[in-house]
Amino acid sequence: MDLLTEIAILVLAAFVGFEVISKVPNTLHTPLMSATNAIHGIVLLGAILVIGPADGFLNDLLLVIAIAFGTINVVGGFLVTDRMLGMFKGRRPDPGDES
Amino acid sequence: MSRSDLVDLLYIVGFALFIAGLRMVRGPRTAVRGNQVAAAGMGIAVVATLLDDRIGDWALIVVGVAVGTAVGIPSARSVKMTAMPQMVALFNGVGGGAVALISLVEYRETGGDLPAESLIPVLFAAVIGSVSFWGSNVAFSKLQELGWTKRRFPRLTVPNAALAALVLAVAVVLAAGVESEGLMWLLLVLAGVLGITLVLPIGGADMPVVISTLNAFTGLSAAAAGVALDNTALIVAGMLVGASGSILTKQMAEAMNRSIGNVFFGGFGGAAGTVAAGADGADRTVRSTSAGDVAIQLSYARLVVVVPGYGMAVAQAQRTVADLAAELERRGVEVLYAIHPVAGRMPGHMNVLLAEADVPYAKLREMDEINGEFARTDVALVIGANDVINPAARSVTDSPIYGMPILDVDKASSVVVLKRSMASGFAGVDNPLFYDPKTSMLFGDAKTSVGDVLAEIHAL
Repeated sequence: MDLLTEIAILVLAAFVGFEVISKVPNTLHTPLMSATNAIHGIVLLGAILVIGPADGFLNDLLLVIAIAFGTINVVGGFLVTDRMLGMFKGRRPDPGDES
Repeated sequence: MSRSDLVDLLYIVGFALFIAGLRMVRGPRTAVRGNQVAAAGMGIAVVATLLDDRIGDWALIVVGVAVGTAVGIPSARSVKMTAMPQMVALFNGVGGGAVALISLVEYRETGGDLPAESLIPVLFAAVIGSVSFWGSNVAFSKLQELGWTKRRFPRLTVPNAALAALVLAVAVVLAAGVESEGLMWLLLVLAGVLGITLVLPIGGADMPVVISTLNAFTGLSAAAAGVALDNTALIVAGMLVGASGSILTKQMAEAMNRSIGNVFFGGFGGAAGTVAAGADGADRTVRSTSAGDVAIQLSYARLVVVVPGYGMAVAQAQRTVADLAAELERRGVEVLYAIHPVAGRMPGHMNVLLAEADVPYAKLREMDEINGEFARTDVALVIGANDVINPAARSVTDSPIYGMPILDVDKASSVVVLKRSMASGFAGVDNPLFYDPKTSMLFGDAKTSVGDVLAEIHAL
């Protein structure tokens, strides 16, 4: 993929990111941060893609650590977010929040 | 359709789910589902990657994923609600660490012989990933209140600027085509040291902003790694987090009336000397009270406003507090909760805990709503909050927390403060409210104290 296409994707993704987070109630700051935190666990894919072509013991070792780190980021991130948000479940909807 | 088209298509499905999921997390009612949607997007992205023809070393992938799962699931499951913030810091840190390691391997594989459009992103990802990893670990240690972080660290603005310049210089030398693996390791080490020295002097009260910033950093480094590896999934998801994380950081900082520059380069932490000098030494007596007195005060009040803080979280007192409120309401007392945007260690920390104790959402009032109510409040019951009710933020211009919006607890007719001891809050600032003649202090663990008060009310 050429660099210009990548930069275009980068810029568009940035604008989507800005839009998606506008106007968040304070209550949800922490869960939202935690959810975005889980999403950057996407680096797991990078580590998985690189380990095949990589040679040598040290490179493989570093990448296994990277895969483990990435997995912790993804799995732990989504689970922790779920636990935080689970606290909001089962609550009667806020009568003032009909909009 | 070729294999790689299928992979790209699945990636696109993944992005759509990330974006839809994040949008849903914005609303309290759709939030749980939103997180699941985003997680499903991640699952699809992982499966798509495994379909890529460049995938090899399956055994190593399995080992890495297994280790990560074995560590990630139990720690996410067992972490206490109060320790959630530091857990997020830790998960963020390992993400940054993964980026730094990938960058290092990319460099080693090619001996640095990469075209500029790959080399520059690799160097960027290495630096930011390393800063994020080490910075997050320091943030974790500080929130966990590990011993070595207890002492105050001086502001290192000038040395840090020099260090940042050095990191940049090494990166430029590498980008200019000097192929040296040693320099690459040096770059990672220097960036790591920078991450540590940047976060170490920052006071715990500012830690949410720091974690949010580092979260955005990890996103950006993931996007850079995506450019280096020509992988759209990393570019899109990384940039999504980089951008949304920046906005989130700004909103958090605004909730505390602090600028991001102020958090990292000034304010808390360095100015230890001025802290104690803020209060005048004149009338400094504290009135201590008993559970029985508090019980009487509360049960004959018309309006009681509960102000929860970190002390409630630590003592796990939220259920006892909810029981106390229920008992008061049974006796015709109106009970509301005043939630400061940064009470506890994270924005929303108190809401989560009180929701866990089944406190109705309608009783939780945000700062702007409740501040007008304190004038008609008979008793403000402060449970382990300190900095967020400190009137010094309004009046003492040289106080480190000056300018932070606070709950106007001092406007209530009387104030009862439940506190473990006279130790100052996380910002290390003395609180003149405690010496106010209408304030009485009930010392002890929050849960025990609230339980005692409840027992006394039952006995009335």
